Amino acid sequence: MARKVSTRRKAIMTAIAWVIAFLIFFPILWTIILSFKSEGDAIKSPLQVLTSHWSFESYFVVQERSDYFRHFWNSVVISLGSTLIALVIAIPAAWAMAFVPGKRTKDVLMWMLSTKMMPAVGVLVPIYLMFRDWGLLDTRIGLVAVLCLMNLPIVIWMLYTYFKEIPNDILEAARMDGATLSSEILYVLTPMAVPGIASTLLLNVILAWNEAFWTLNLTAAKAAPLTAFIAAYSSPEGLFYAKLSAASTLAIAPILILGWFSQKQLVRGLTFGAVK
Amino acid sequence: MSTQASRAAARLMISPSVILLLLWMAVPLGMTLWFSFQRYNLLMPGQGGFTGWDNYYYFLTDPAFFTALKNTLVLVGGVLLITVVGGILLALLLDQQIFGQGIVRVLVIAPFFVMPTVSALVWKNMFFNPVNGIFAHIAQAIGLPPFDFLAQAPMLSITLIVAWQWLPFATLILLTALQSLDSEQLEAAEMDGAGAFSRFFYIMLPHLARAATVVILIQTIFLLSTFAEILVTTNGGPGNASTTLTYLVYVQSLLQFDVGGGAAGGIIAVILANIVAIFLMRMIGKNLEA
Repeated sequence: MARKVSTRRKAIMTAIAWVIAFLIFFPILWTIILSFKSEGDAIKSPLQVLTSHWSFESYFVVQERSDYFRHFWNSVVISLGSTLIALVIAIPAAWAMAFVPGKRTKDVLMWMLSTKMMPAVGVLVPIYLMFRDWGLLDTRIGLVAVLCLMNLPIVIWMLYTYFKEIPNDILEAARMDGATLSSEILYVLTPMAVPGIASTLLLNVILAWNEAFWTLNLTAAKAAPLTAFIAAYSSPEGLFYAKLSAASTLAIAPILILGWFSQKQLVRGLTFGAVK
Repeated sequence: MSTQASRAAARLMISPSVILLLLWMAVPLGMTLWFSFQRYNLLMPGQGGFTGWDNYYYFLTDPAFFTALKNTLVLVGGVLLITVVGGILLALLLDQQIFGQGIVRVLVIAPFFVMPTVSALVWKNMFFNPVNGIFAHIAQAIGLPPFDFLAQAPMLSITLIVAWQWLPFATLILLTALQSLDSEQLEAAEMDGAGAFSRFFYIMLPHLARAATVVILIQTIFLLSTFAEILVTTNGGPGNASTTLTYLVYVQSLLQFDVGGGAAGGIIAVILANIVAIFLMRMIGKNLEA
C-alpha cells in the first residue's frame, strides 16, 4: 500500500524533481533549440537565442552538404543488421541453455559473458590489420560482423533470462502431443518468447546505433554511420553550431524515442539479470 | 525431461554461438599477444622479428603510460563517484510521490541514449567553448573571466561529459533496486521511531549495496574503453593531459603505426579489465544459482 503523503510535501518534491530533470535534459533541449536557429543567432547569449527567429534552414543545409540520409541509412543497416544476425545465432543457443540445461551450461554462459569484458582496444590492432588485408575497412559488412559479435553475448544472456521465465510444463505438453523439436520452437516457444525477443532487439539496436569505438576506427567515408558522421564536426570550419545541432538532433531522435520504450529492458539487459 | 536426443540437439544449437565467440575472442587476442612480442612497425617494413619483452618494457617505462594510467583512474573514479552518489540521490527522489513522474523519468534517462560523439561535441561547443559556450555567457553575465574548460581542465571536463551520459544508467538500476524494497520493513522501522536518516542508512543503503556494486562493476568495464569522448573533444591533449590507456593504445597503433607497442598496451589493458571482470562475474554467477 502506498503511504499517504501530504500535498505540501508532494508539491515540494515535484518542484525539486522537475528542476533536476530539466537540468539533466537541458543539453539535449538546447541542441534541439539551436538546430532551429541561424548560424549567426546560435552563438549569441542564451536569452538572445530564445528570442531570435526560428527556421528549418540548418536541416536542409546538413542534408544538402553532407548527405545526411546516406549516413542515417548506414546506421540503420549496421545496427539492425548486426542485431538481427545476432538474434538468429542466439535464439537456438539461448533456447537450448534455458530448456535443456546440461552440467556445463552455467560455465558456458559465464564464459560468453567474459568475452564481453574484453576491452575493444585489446584486439584493435589485429582486427584493423585483418580488415585492411581483407578489404573490409569502411564497409558496412565488416561493421555488421564486428557489432554482431560484440553484442552476441548480451543478446544470448537477455534471451536466456526471458526464456527461463517460460514455464516448462507448456513445452512438455506440446511434446506429449507429439510436437517435433522444430515445431515446438516455431509454434509453442516463439509466440511466448516474442516480447522477450522484441526487447532484446530493441536494446541491442540502441547499443549498436550508439557504438563509437569500432565505427570510428573502421570507417572513413563510404560506410560511416551517424557516430562517425557527427565526429567529422570536431574540426569545424567557420560557424557551425546550428548545423551541428541539426545533425545531432537527427542522429539522436530515433534512438531517443526507441530508448524511452526500452527503460525496463535496459536494466535487465545491461546488468545481465543481476538486477531485475 | 531432457532426452539423449534433445541433449545432442541442444549442443548443436549452442555450438554456432560458442564457435563464433571463440573465434572472435581467441584469434584476435592471440594475434595481439603475438604482435606484442614482435618488432612490427608499419612504417618500417622488413624490420621484423622477435623482441621478447621489449615492447612491454618500452610501453611501461614511457612517461605517457603513467599519465595515461593516472588519467584512466581519474576518469573511471570520477565518473563512478558522481554517478553512484548522484544516482542514489536521484533514485530516492524519483521514488517519491511526485506529479508527472513518468515525464520526469523520461527526461532523466534521456542522456543515456545520446551517442557518445554527439554528447561530447555538444558539451565541447555549446557549453565548454570559452567564447560562445553557455558557461562563457554565464561567466560574462556575472562578470567572471571566461574559462577554457577543455584546455585548462581537460580531465575534469571529459569526466563531466561521461558522467552526464552514465548518470541515467546508475539512476535507473538503483531505482529498480529501491522499488524492490519491502515497504513494510520501512513502515515497521518508522513505527519503531526510526528517523528518515536512520531509515536511509540502516535499511535502504544496505539494500542498495548490491545494485550499487553491479553499477560500479559494469560501468568500470565500459568506462575503461572510453574513446569517442576523448577523440572528438581533446584528441588526448593538450599534450597528453587527457590521454587514457585506451586512447594511448589507439595513438600508438593507428597513428604511430607501432603495431608491436600498441599490442603490448592492448594486452596490459586486457589484464586490467580482467581484474575488474573477475569480481563482476562472481556476482553474476552467484545470481545464476539462486
